[in-house]
Order: sequence, then C-alpha cells, then structure tokens
Amino acid sequence: MSNAELISLFDRGIVMRAAGDALRKLNPITLARNPVIFVTEIVSMMVSIVGVENLLTGQPAGFPITVAIWLWLTVLFATFAEAIAEGRGRARAESLRRARSDTPAKLLSNMKDRRNFKLVPAPQLKRNDLVLVEAGDLIPSDGEIIEGIASVNESAITGESAPVIREAGGDRSAVTGGTQIISDWLVLRITADAGATFLDRMIALVEGASRRKTPNEIALDILLAGLTIIFLIAVVTLVGFGYYSDTKLNIPVLAALLVCLIPTTIGGLLSAIGIAGMDRLVRFNVVATSGRAVEAAGDVDALLLDKTGTITFGNRMAAGLYPITGIAERDLAEAASFASLGDATPEGRSIVSFMREQFSISLAMPAGSAVVPFSANTRVSGLDSGDKSWRKGAVDSILKSINVQPPADFNDAVSKVARSGATPLAVSANGRLLGVIELKDIVKPGIRERFAALRKMGIRTVMVTGDNPVTAAAIAAEAGVDDVIAQATPQDKLDYIRKMQAEGRLVAMCGDGTNDAPALAQADVGVAMQTGTQAAREAGNMVDLDSDPTKLIEIVEIGKQLLITRGSLTTFSIANDIAKYFAILPAIFVTTYPQLQALNLMHLASPESAILSAVIFNALIIVALVPLALRGVKYRAVGAAALLRRNLLIYGLGGIIAPFIGIKAIDLLLHALHVFS
Amino acid sequence: MTGWAQIALLFALVLGAAFPLGAYIARLYNGERVFLTPVMAPFERGFYKLAGIDPNRQMRWQDYAVALLMLSAVHAGLLYAILRLQYYLPFNPQNIPGMAPNLAFNTAVSFLTNTNWQAYAPESQISNGAQMFGLTVHMFLSAAAGIAAAGAMMRAFSGGHLTSLGNFYVDLTRIALYLLLPVSIIAAVLLLVAGVPQTFAPFAVAHTLSGEPQTIARGPVAFMEAIKEFGTNGGGFFNANSSHPFENPSAATLLLENWLLLVISFSLPITFGHIVKDRKQGIALFAAMAILLVLGVAGTYAAEAHGNALQIAAGASPLHGNMEGKEMRFGSALTSMFNVSATGTSTGAIAGATDSFMPLGGLVPLFLMQLGEVTPGGVGSGFYTMIVFALLSVFVAGLMVGRTPEYQGKKIQAKEIKLAMLAVLILTLFILGGAAFSLMTKSGLGSLANAGPHGLSEMLYAWTSATENNGSAMAGISANTNLLDYGLGAAMAFGRFAFLIPVLAIAGSLAAKPKLPPSAGTFPTTGPLFIGLLIGVIIILGGLQFMPADTLGPVAEHYLLASGKLF
Repeated sequence: MSNAELISLFDRGIVMRAAGDALRKLNPITLARNPVIFVTEIVSMMVSIVGVENLLTGQPAGFPITVAIWLWLTVLFATFAEAIAEGRGRARAESLRRARSDTPAKLLSNMKDRRNFKLVPAPQLKRNDLVLVEAGDLIPSDGEIIEGIASVNESAITGESAPVIREAGGDRSAVTGGTQIISDWLVLRITADAGATFLDRMIALVEGASRRKTPNEIALDILLAGLTIIFLIAVVTLVGFGYYSDTKLNIPVLAALLVCLIPTTIGGLLSAIGIAGMDRLVRFNVVATSGRAVEAAGDVDALLLDKTGTITFGNRMAAGLYPITGIAERDLAEAASFASLGDATPEGRSIVSFMREQFSISLAMPAGSAVVPFSANTRVSGLDSGDKSWRKGAVDSILKSINVQPPADFNDAVSKVARSGATPLAVSANGRLLGVIELKDIVKPGIRERFAALRKMGIRTVMVTGDNPVTAAAIAAEAGVDDVIAQATPQDKLDYIRKMQAEGRLVAMCGDGTNDAPALAQADVGVAMQTGTQAAREAGNMVDLDSDPTKLIEIVEIGKQLLITRGSLTTFSIANDIAKYFAILPAIFVTTYPQLQALNLMHLASPESAILSAVIFNALIIVALVPLALRGVKYRAVGAAALLRRNLLIYGLGGIIAPFIGIKAIDLLLHALHVFS
Repeated sequence: MTGWAQIALLFALVLGAAFPLGAYIARLYNGERVFLTPVMAPFERGFYKLAGIDPNRQMRWQDYAVALLMLSAVHAGLLYAILRLQYYLPFNPQNIPGMAPNLAFNTAVSFLTNTNWQAYAPESQISNGAQMFGLTVHMFLSAAAGIAAAGAMMRAFSGGHLTSLGNFYVDLTRIALYLLLPVSIIAAVLLLVAGVPQTFAPFAVAHTLSGEPQTIARGPVAFMEAIKEFGTNGGGFFNANSSHPFENPSAATLLLENWLLLVISFSLPITFGHIVKDRKQGIALFAAMAILLVLGVAGTYAAEAHGNALQIAAGASPLHGNMEGKEMRFGSALTSMFNVSATGTSTGAIAGATDSFMPLGGLVPLFLMQLGEVTPGGVGSGFYTMIVFALLSVFVAGLMVGRTPEYQGKKIQAKEIKLAMLAVLILTLFILGGAAFSLMTKSGLGSLANAGPHGLSEMLYAWTSATENNGSAMAGISANTNLLDYGLGAAMAFGRFAFLIPVLAIAGSLAAKPKLPPSAGTFPTTGPLFIGLLIGVIIILGGLQFMPADTLGPVAEHYLLASGKLF
C-alpha cells in the first residue's frame, strides 16, 4: 500500500464506524477532556429532564424536547467530528499494521555463527537482540545493520516500490520493521523494544488514540474553557436579573442561550483538526515523533538545506564550451564526446548528451578503441583508437600530460569558469590542447520561486554545502538562497544553528548521516531521512520516508496549515456570537418588554422559532465545517499581513455575517413547516 | 456645531500632549535624566535613604507584586484609621465625627484602588484633614502604583530572557515626584486662578435674599481637584463632584480637567512604543483606545443632543438637547464628553448626572466600563488591561497566519492565556454576580431610587463601576448599606489586585522568554487591520458577556422610553 493513497473525505465505512464511535464518546468521563462540549452535554441532560418532566406532568413539552434533541445533536456532531478524523487515521493505521511482521524472527546468540539461530515471535524481541534476516524475510523490528549488505523493499512504509540497498556502516545502515529483504542477508541489532518501533509510533500517531495535546492546543483549550466559564456566569446571573425584571426564564431557554454563546464550533472541531494535521503529514510520508514538532514546523524561520539533492540535482553537468583560438567549436565538441564515450560517470554522460543536444554529435565507439578510465592518480580519462587519442580531465593534469604552455585565452576561459562556481575540464586530442568544458551544478527548476515564496512568509533559506566558497556563492546566487555555509563541517552546521537560535530564531534542517545527528538534535525541527543512519533518525523529530530533502518545505507548510485552520475556526466560532445574541436575547425578553422586539433584526417568526433556529444553526455549523477541519484551510505563501487580511475577512467578517443568514434561513424553514410559528 | 468643535478641540489637545508626555514617561521608567532632575533628585535620594530602599535592586515579578501589595495593605490600614479617627485629628473645623466601620472600609479600599467610589457624603461625613492627608495622599499613591505596574508590564517586552521587571519603589517614587506632583501643582494653580477655592476656613454662611442663612461648603479643593483628574481618581471634594461650581467653575476649567484625566492614559501607549523601540506599536494601541472613546463620546452626545422626546412634547426647548441633570454652563456636549471620558478612563468624575442621561447615553459609560476600562482606562491600569486584550487578540487571530502567536516577539502560550482568562473572569464574576445577587436581596432593592430597568441599570452600574475601579455612580443609588459597602469594597479590591497579580505574572512570564526578531511571517501588530481586530476582540471578549444584563437595563429602558414609558 502507499500512504499517499487518498482516503475519501466521507468514506462509507469510516462514516458508519465514526457514527458508532460518536455515540461511545458521549461518556461524560472521557468527554470531560473537552470542556466546551462537556458543558454542552450537561446542559443537554438538564433540558432533557425538563422535557420528560413536562411530558409526565402534562405541561407543554414540545419546545423543551426539541431543544434537547438539537443540543444532543450538537454534542453528537462534535464527537462525530473527532471520530471521523480518528477513523481516517485508523484506516491508514490498519494498512500499516498489515505490514507488521508476525513471522518469527531468527534470534542469534553469536553474531559470528549465523547457522545457529532460535525462532522467536517478533513481538518478543528486545533492544540489542541480534537477528538474522535473509532473502524473502520480513524485517521483524527496527534495527541497525551490523553485518552484511542487502536490497530491501521498503514499499510497506514508503510506498516506493524500487528496492534500496542497505549495508552495515555508513549512512544507510538503518532498517525498519515491516519492510522486506529481497536479496542477500543481514545481521541486525534491534534498536526498539516491542510496541515502540517506528511502525508502532506511526500507527499511534495517526490513530489519535494516544495523541497528546500539543502546547498550542492546550493554550487554545484554556481560552475556550475560560470563555465557557465567562458565559456560564453571564447566563447563571441572568436568573437574578430576570427575577428582578419579572422575566420568566426556564431551563431550556437559558440552556439554548448558553450553548449558543460558548464556542461549541471550535470546541467540537479542535481535536479533529489536530488529528487531521497529523494525517496530512503521514500522507506526505513524513512521520513525526510528536505533534509538538508539527507545530514547531509552522514557526520555523530558517531552513538549513543541503545543496546536493535539495537545491541542485547533485551531479555536475556539462553546460558550456570554450575553444582556444584557432580551434573550431565543433572540433572541441567532437573531441570532448570521444573523450567521454567510455566514461559512465554522470559527468561523462552529461558531456556526451550536451554535445548531442547542442551540436547534434552522436558518435559510436570506434572499433578497436581502448577506454582510458579516470583514476585518482592521473585525474584524466579518455579514449585511444589506433593512433588517435582524446583526453579530458583536470586542467593542470591535462597540461602536465601534454606538456604545453597554455595560450592566454585558455587561461582566461579556465578562470572565468572557476569564478562562476563551475568546474573547468581541459580537453586535448592527439596531444594538442583544444579548449575547456564547463561542468556545472544544475539548480533544480522552480526552486528559486519556492525560496521566494518562503521569503515572503518570513523564512530564510540557508544552503549548506561542502563546496568551496566561490562555487557555493555562485550556486547560492542562482538558487536565490539567503545565506550560505560553504565547506561546511558538522560542527559548522551546529554552530550556525546555535547562532540562529541565540537570535531567537527557530531552525529546521534535514540530514541523513551520523555526523548530522548533533545538528538534527539541536535544530527545532530535525527531519531525518529514512535512508539515514539510526543515530540520525533518533536525533531528529521527524523522519521522511521518501528521503526527499526538498520535503522540508512541505513540512513547514503543513505545520502552518494546521495552525491556520485552528485560528480560522476559532475566529469564526467567536464571531458567530453576535448574530446569536440578536436571535436569542429579544426572544427571551420580549414577553417582559414587548418593545425589545425592535432588537429582532432578523425578524424571526416567534420567540420559540428564534431560539430553536439559533440552536439548530449552532449544531449544523459543526457538521458543515467538518470537511474544512479535516482538509485544512488552504495555505498560501504570501506574507503574514496579506494572509491575516484574507483570513480575517473570510472567517472574522464571514463569521459575523454567516449566522445572520443561516439563522434566518432556518427560521423561514421552521415557519414553512409550521414548527413553533 | 459648537458642541462637536469643543469635543474636537479637547481631543486635539490630548493628542498633542500624549506624544511628548509619552516620551517623558519612558525616560522616567528608564531612570534617565529629565529636566526636573536637578530639582527632584535630592528628594528622590532622600526618600530612598529615609525608607531604606536600595534603588538598584531588581525585582522579579513576584517581588514586584509583593512590594505593591504590602504597600497597599499598609496604606489601607492607615487610611482606615484616619477615617475612623478623623474627629480627633487636626483640620476638622466642622467637627465631623469618625466614619462607621462599613463606610470607612469601603472608602479606604475605594481610594487605595484608584476607584474613588464615594458612599459617603463629602460635605457632612469627612473632614478637611481626612480629605487632604487621607484621600488626596492616596490619590497620588494609587495613581503612581498603577503607572508603576504599567511600567513593569512594558519592561517585559523590552528584551529577551529578562529576570527583572524593575524596582517598584523606584518606579513609584519617580512617577510621583517627576510626573504627578509637578503637573498637579501647576494644574491646581490654574484652577485657583479660575476660581476653585483652596482654604482651611470653616464652611461659609451666607444670608440669602429670602433672609434664610445658607451654609456653603468649602475647603482645600484646588489641589485635590488637580490630582483627582490627573490620576484618574475621580473622588470629588463635594458630593456633586465636577458639576459643583467650586470644583469646576466654567467651561474652561472643564476642558482643563477633562484634558488632565485623559492625558496620562493616552500617553502610556506612546511610552510603550519608546520602551519596545518601535513607535508604531504604541500608536496602534493608542488608536484603538482613541477610536473606542471617540465613538463613545459621539454616541452619548448624539443621544443627549437629540433630547428627550417626551420632554420636548411637554414643551421643553429642543435647542440644548436633554438638559435634565446638566449644568447650563457646560451644556450637552461638554457634559457628554466629560462623563464619557471619565468612564472611559477609570476616573469616574462627573460634570452632570449620568442618572439623568438618555438611556443610550447612559449605556455608553456603562459599556465602556464593562469593556475593562481600556478606553484609555485608568492611569497604568488602562495600559496593562489593553495589553491583556492585545495578547488575547493576537492569540485568537494570530494562529491565522500559521505561527504560534507572538506579541512584540514574545510567544503567547498556555500560561499567559490561563492568567489572562483568569483576570477577565474575575471582572465578569464580580460585575454580574454582584449585581444579580444584590437585585435578589431586600437590602439591594432598598438602595434603588428607581423601579424597572432603570433600577437594574443603577445596580449593574454600581457593581461595574466598583469592579472596574471607576468610581462613578448612577446617582440614584443609596450606596451606604452594609451589603454595598462591604460587597462593593470587595469588588474594588478584587477588581484591582486580583486582576493586577495575574497581569504581573504574565509580565514575568513574558519577560523571561526570548524576544523573537520580526520577519515577514510575523503577525503584524500595527496598522488599521490590527487596530480593527483589537477593537473587535475588546467588544466581543470584553463586552459580549454583559449584553444580556445590559439588555434588561438601559437597552430595555431605551425602547420603553421610545414607546412613552418612564421610570
């Protein structure tokens, strides 16, 4: 399966199960975690009791019972929203769980002796156990390879079907439980206790069951609880004011007022938003060790990006030709092609294809020719055919091998190429110097625009590279990053992160090697590559299963989207209150002061239908916003000021206006159906 | 149009003064040299030596709060003793007896909390000596304490990883010596020139044309009047407060007094801009305060200028608007402006009877108080309350830009929200709980002068005024009962200190956090968008909870009046 597989917003199975879960979640003990909805439930119970009492004593019970039904629905819609978010996560978890191996593990007592193993069930493996896995086996748990090399199919967790090579030592020594070994064998040291493996963590996160509230969610919860208490005071004291004013206030009316004022919309959707945010991350094949890390991603204001693979394709490619005086450009191109025919390195192939594209030169290997391979000693490669020979290589090596004094324009070309951050290669044919090929690190298309978008969001991009400062500066200028760390050592990265943090900035980085571990641990958001070492994976707080360093940018966007969704729905929920006041207050007091009918701006048909319309709107708006909560509010890479203006307009102003329209519409409908009118 | 021109003139004068005065107060907070240093520094050093204060000691928020509370507690006892024992103390030419315990408690708390709720009748229940050494001294002290606390809050935003909020005693002393005292002296002299008395002589007895003798109360009024307005205290020398001709003889003195009571509270956001080294931040808070106040003044004046339809129908001239309870020398515009300014700040002084305002004209002062006294609020308290609202605004809407909300580079997290909500909760509880409870008791109902929604307004107004430390009253209420003396006393104390402690805790918590540098991704806390948001949050989070009660009070009364019903 692939995690990228989309789960439809309202998958039938998930909805059915969520409906059941929503009922189970009504248990007040578990619901107490959510103060707003908890209060709503208590109030619903009180109104229900009034309704039943009226029914038994023969008093009019239609109104209290209708209010009670809609209050219960409000609670149910809230629990349903959470249940459906969990359901979607669970669906993803189920498919992950299928990948978990139940096959027995081959436990070794002595790593030298691979023939003597004991079969034990995978869940019994402990940390530091030694395990043998052979072709066809599922890897029983997370581990570090201590011996062997093998190809591993990791599609169970990454969705990528091409097998990857894993070997002891170096940066590719970690394997994940649930993946399958295709060839050869490995000896692993188990690095996770049962139930704490990577897959387990991933399942727990998407299921949301063991989900802990994130710091920002806790703060928001406190605000919502505070507002609930404030409105509780307002409604309870209204009993006193009503008593003085000779206004009859009964429990259903006060309950309706309270539930409409407390922020049930955001209270009902808050946990669904959190779970859906995690789910989105997993869909991008990124696993976070905590929700805290996802929030921190939204706050990041500097990204440390490795040049190779993130900003550039990572291979130097031919990008230009500089013949010396008296040499035709085409002759140089031909010679360069010949010299590279036998060169299977990416550089060599790029030269051949560059000449083909630019000069339409396609050459076949001459019969009886001999390839001169590149060696670290000569730093030159080429081709010999009969009495002809072609060479390309490092400038000083070529000059030494043919022993000529280079002309001035050759030297100019070499220094020009070097200054631009590219690598010059000299080309010679039959002992004669022809010119220079420019090999360049090619910046990925579109990356410049992405960096510009990040800059608009106030995020600095920092390129980290082992190149010399000249090369680094040239690439940096081309890619449009804000800063460069050239000739970077692991210590440099760590120092840079510390310096940024001392200025109060939050830094995100990605890395794969063991030497990245300190920096990953120091960074506020450290994304380790799945192909990386165990040390790197443990130091980071997220793991990218696709090992795609560019994804750091998406992670930041997901973090921001999570916060934006929360903020937008909070604003919407609170802004709704104004309209509800104009619906309910005149309805409550109009019997005492008929003149207050003037406040009935929406001209709602009757006090009962006004109160009911507000309660119904309040309940339905939760369901109506579930898709938005699950999908998240769209994130746009514009500055904070523009984003605020836009969202404040939609969710603030919209939040003030929408309920006026909604409540009026419901009132008209109730009127048409002759309910309380 | 002269009414609107008078209002515009006052706001122009306040605006013009707030910027230089804001910069001046910033220098006081920073301990920098000012032009008064050569005169005042010896006194300042003398005070520290006398009181054994080390002016270089830096206080954590806990130390700062304890110092403020200790000082307040000691002074509460002192003031209580003065009021109880005033009969035996000097400067009591009328031989006024000591106050009863309930009234003395209420009055002591009232002047200590910068409320100046007056359950006593000044002319007959307090001596000149107690007015001067009891009340006036505490007008300085409570104002200086509030401004000091605002300074502590400002320092929290001035840098990252701070452990100290300054030194309470130093702040208090410098504010009193370099700000409150000199301006009050100048203002008192101006008032003297304009005809406000300052005398230790007993009450004057005049022989009227009808031959009956008339006792005219007088005393050391001018100096008390100056600090009464400048420190947003509001406790008048006379019962009629600033509508009394000895407190406020002319339209010119009204303008001066109105300017005095607004100017510090409007200067403090400007000071904040200096402290955080970003003037625009201060201007944004200033603008939110000013817009709300201007809307309030305009709303009240519009209601008053329009007049009472029933009185006009009965033959009253519509020319001056609703003149019931207003002084002819002020008229509708100045009275509306003064009363709204005095409720928008926590002064609570009045130049005319709010009780006699049109219902909507009376709703405005009530609502401005309920909003938490941030328009611009009391000296110091208005500023730190505004910061609480700014934090809540940024928290609610700040998430919408996709970052953990931050204000002035300080992240707003669970702890700050918890404390801010606690502070708002305390205000709501005392206002609504107190008023609703009183209206259900016999004693409470007995205090009301009017029936129906107007009576409800009076009681709601009293609890709002006390809790928000305003001190004004809808004059119909009889406040000197055990229920209201002790109840409102508690409301004043909690409204001041139970609000201030969480606020200082917020300051301490924010001070310790790193100050994040702003970037294009930072939530903008300047400009029209933020100002609009802040106003919206103040109204929704600060005011919405009071709407049901207000609907049964002034709102109901308004619509009843429109249908011809009076109370």
